[in-house]
Amino acid sequence: MVKYSILTIARNALTGHKNWPKQWRSPEPKSEYDVIIIGGGGHGLATAYYLAKEHGVRNIAVLEKGWLGGGNTARNTTIVRSNYLWDESAAIYEKSLQLWEGLAQDINYNVMLSQRGVLNLAHSLGDVREGVRRVNANRLNDVDAEWLDADGVKEFCPIINISKSARHPVLGATLQRRGGVARHDSVAWGYARAADALGVDIIQNCEVTGIKRDGGKVTGVETTRGDIAAKKIGVVAAGHSSVIAEMAGIRLPVTSHPLQALVSEPIKPVIDCVVMSGAVHVYVSQSDKGELVMGAGIDSFNSYAQRGSFHVIEHQLGACLELFPIFSRVRMMRTWGGIVDTCPDASPILSGTSVEGLYFNCGWGTGGFKATPGSGWCFAHTLAKDEPHALNAPFSLSRFESGALIDEHGAAGVAH
Amino acid sequence: MLNIDCPWCGKRHETEFRYGGEAHIARPEDPAALDDTEWAEFLFMRKNTKGYFAERWLHNNGCRRWFNVIRNTVTHEIVGSYKMGETPPKLPKSAGGAK
Ligand SMILES: Cc1cc2nc3c(=O)[nH]c(=O)nc-3n(C[C@H](O)[C@H](O)[C@H](O)COP(=O)(O)OP(=O)(O)OC[C@H]3O[C@@H](n4cnc5c(N)ncnc54)[C@H](O)[C@@H]3O)c2cc1C
Ligand SMILES: [Zn+2]
Repeated sequence: MVKYSILTIARNALTGHKNWPKQWRSPEPKSEYDVIIIGGGGHGLATAYYLAKEHGVRNIAVLEKGWLGGGNTARNTTIVRSNYLWDESAAIYEKSLQLWEGLAQDINYNVMLSQRGVLNLAHSLGDVREGVRRVNANRLNDVDAEWLDADGVKEFCPIINISKSARHPVLGATLQRRGGVARHDSVAWGYARAADALGVDIIQNCEVTGIKRDGGKVTGVETTRGDIAAKKIGVVAAGHSSVIAEMAGIRLPVTSHPLQALVSEPIKPVIDCVVMSGAVHVYVSQSDKGELVMGAGIDSFNSYAQRGSFHVIEHQLGACLELFPIFSRVRMMRTWGGIVDTCPDASPILSGTSVEGLYFNCGWGTGGFKATPGSGWCFAHTLAKDEPHALNAPFSLSRFESGALIDEHGAAGVAH
Repeated sequence: MLNIDCPWCGKRHETEFRYGGEAHIARPEDPAALDDTEWAEFLFMRKNTKGYFAERWLHNNGCRRWFNVIRNTVTHEIVGSYKMGETPPKLPKSAGGAK
């Protein structure tokens, strides 16, 4: 792997940037691997990277039906934070945020993490109490958190409307200063390049169509590029998790829904933080190109179509304009959707299954981009040791039987 | 935006309806007899079909009645609606290996 640095940029400038090596190989699939990861999104690639780096597993393939990051990884609005309410969530999301903070150095790839601060607005007395409670819970878990009153919100984000006569007035907000945004494609590409350098085979245009079992144990996969044997399989397929579960004859508690986002035409810098509101259903940040990046809640119905209904966008823009009247004449350029795998308790599943050697990492729903490094790190541990790390043990499939749900609807509800 | 056929009121915009998820999940006849795994099945495990899917809708801003719809979760094509207790409409011929 050529190390990216100012020197390599200078050297390549001499040859007109025509001789940069490919970032990763595209090998033919081998007939057998120790571990097969299904899904080449950020979580799958991170899993492969940490399996190779932390656990010395080298015979790994990542199988992706389309192209790297073509799923939710490069369709999301890139909000990164760790201020979740419950101890279990705070621990895994904070592990992830800490990995984010060293990620560009670790994988030698600029993931453009920008810790610009994330506001979660409160619009009612109930919201205020929830927010203050979450700030206190976060502090007990060593997660940075502050409570701002309405004037504090205005100071942190001057273009926000805090008028008391608004339909849903801003009464305050939680602030996580270490939260922010990152560059989504870079996360997929950076992990792919780093994993490839450790010998991981990244195989695109390879759709898994069947899971092969010998009794209660997995033996491999059927794919559009032939059968491949594997000792262990990690499924990291986001919105398609249920489809793959069905191939293996197991059931999951997830449902797949469209989640839409949109961007405006580029404008001059107006907002230098991330603003989220679960109550009025919108969140906004501004990209480096100047586009306003916005999103809201899921479309209610099940879907695999990567598009949703227009009224959802209309609703979120109504909410957006009440918070930011200054945006009223900005034109929207593009909308799109991703298929998110939502769980009944708005928490993910990183778990073994009743089938030996078959593991699932799914259920991240509307908010898994921020978790990419931590999810991969924990899932790699789970696959390598055949048991969960303490950080992901609570996120097992069996919690739906034991009833030990991790109800993050308050902190994750709309938000991301 | 989906146009959904309420069996009582006719075709209306999706915004008049609320989604109820997978249809035909039978309540346990003898709840006390269920073990934890069976409860998990009933409460949480879902079909989440890619393709033709039987689902419930509530005509919330209309007659406020529940009914079922067969809809393709990839194309969003709606095959038809039917009242609770009625037999579902037939799937189109092309439905064979619907993805
Ligand atoms: C509009 C939108 C906004 C969002 N905003 C945020 C946000 O601000 N912050 C945040 O933290 N999260 C956000 N999320 C959620 C986040 O994007 C996801 O939780 C996360 O990216 C999931 O990563 P992944 O790698 O698991 O999934 P994906 O990137 O979807 O990867 C799964 C991969 O599996 C592949 N696959 C599926 N089936 C098969 C098969 N049979 N064979 C081979 N490959 C297969 C797919 O092609 C896909 O590439 C948002 C999501 C959306 C859609
Ligand atoms: Zn009706």
